[in-house]
Amino acid sequence: MHLPGRHHSSATEELEIIAPSKLTIENVSKSFRSASGLVLALDRVSLNVAEAEFVCLVGASGCGKTTLLNIIAGLEKPDTGTVLADGKPVTGPGRERLVMFQEPALFPWLDVFGNVLFGLKLKPNLTNKDRRDVAKYYLELVGLSRFEHANIHELSGGMKQRVSLARALAPNPRVLLMDEPFAALDALTREQLYGDIQEIWKARRKTIVFVTHNVREAACLGDRVLLFSPHPGRIQEEFKVDLPRPRDINSVDLAAHATRITKALKSVGQAETVATK
Amino acid sequence: MKRFLLAAAFFAVLVLLWEGAYRAKIWSPVLLPSPRQVVTYLQGAAADGTLFKATVITMRRLVVGYLIGLIMGLPLGLLTARWKLFADTIGTLALGLQTLPSVCWVPLALLWFGQTEAAMLFVVVMGTLWSVIIATETGVRNVPPIYRRAALTMGSKRLHMWFKVILPAALPFIVSGMKQGWAFAWRSLMAAEIFVTILTGFGLGQLLHYGRELSAMEQVIGIMIVIVVIGLLADKIFFSPIEKFLHRRWGTSQA
Repeated sequence: MHLPGRHHSSATEELEIIAPSKLTIENVSKSFRSASGLVLALDRVSLNVAEAEFVCLVGASGCGKTTLLNIIAGLEKPDTGTVLADGKPVTGPGRERLVMFQEPALFPWLDVFGNVLFGLKLKPNLTNKDRRDVAKYYLELVGLSRFEHANIHELSGGMKQRVSLARALAPNPRVLLMDEPFAALDALTREQLYGDIQEIWKARRKTIVFVTHNVREAACLGDRVLLFSPHPGRIQEEFKVDLPRPRDINSVDLAAHATRITKALKSVGQAETVATK
Repeated sequence: MKRFLLAAAFFAVLVLLWEGAYRAKIWSPVLLPSPRQVVTYLQGAAADGTLFKATVITMRRLVVGYLIGLIMGLPLGLLTARWKLFADTIGTLALGLQTLPSVCWVPLALLWFGQTEAAMLFVVVMGTLWSVIIATETGVRNVPPIYRRAALTMGSKRLHMWFKVILPAALPFIVSGMKQGWAFAWRSLMAAEIFVTILTGFGLGQLLHYGRELSAMEQVIGIMIVIVVIGLLADKIFFSPIEKFLHRRWGTSQA
């Protein structure tokens, strides 16, 4: 993928690579009331994410990984425990930590450019020209410059997620939170995006927390893969993936890592089945 | 062009059938005038200014009442969607009154306001208000929560959230509510004008009413045609472009 140069002079400052955040999650618990009673989605989860680290959270659905992501985003409040971003407690959503959702969540009343511009318009101290330049830069980064004025419904699933990525990157957050962003895409598009996201991560230096139930995807993208176990949601095991980048999802080395994680995931699943019997 | 020609041919056939029915003398010419008589009436009414004056009076009532209905309905709809208290009170009231045919407001308006412009306005506002409230509320309630969440993470709050996210997201619902409100307002105004003789000005409905009083069928049919044409024009000039925009942006079916 081609990374555009930063030739837009006035917006240069906005496009500077800023320090990624360190995340500290301490003893976070969260429960939900459901039809079958109180469900403990997260049980005293603690986790440290280093600056510019790429961490993947894997686990079966309902293991609380998305809940944890929402808590880091500030969209939900934990019952107990704290989340610190660079030592400061997270009390609500903020553009330092932007989220890419599973559904693209793009606004249909705006065109592609308007969507990327949305977060930038909420940033003070920028001229409108800066904002436009920044939006253009990120659309180029995700390879969609030609589709600036397209309507959202005219894009394919993969293109929509690229726009979402550009929209999340544009306000220059320190942390990118990704909630199964590629789950609904076809395999080919997904593989392309694995390459792109690794390149963008390297180029823009972000701390990334990536939620997925696809083990291979996690092994391909993460520096570390955290395996969640459900009921109650806990971090079961941690895997370091120290393969060189950019990684190819189809490589044998990667498959070895994925197999190891899958095995652990299955044993969690079995323990779960036994427990419910 | 082809579509236009086909449509023109369709209406030409309608007029021909009408003319044929007139010539066949199935009904008395008092009850069914010829198309030519209707055109002659319309030409005369246009020439002496009655038609224009009546149209202006009617449209003024309609537009003013409709705008009042919108200006009241939109915020009330938002409040209803936002707070339970408003949903239980204003929301329930709107739901109930929306089922009331707007003609039913005419007797009440007459007793309250007498034969005045205020009675007319009241009827139009009642025709518009409730469907705008309901549509706005439904629209806001149907905004996918993910839009709010995405906007929240980007730093959107309160007023920005309402004006830049929730309102635009609810727009398709709001526009269809506005259209329904317009149709209700138009119907109720016609009913009011037919029933009420007021001294502040004769609208189209009153011309229709006097056509009946004088058994001037060409006037009755002529005014009906004018009313239909105004309705069509309002749709084509005002609502159609908005709907086209919505269809294009949202990618919903294009008629």
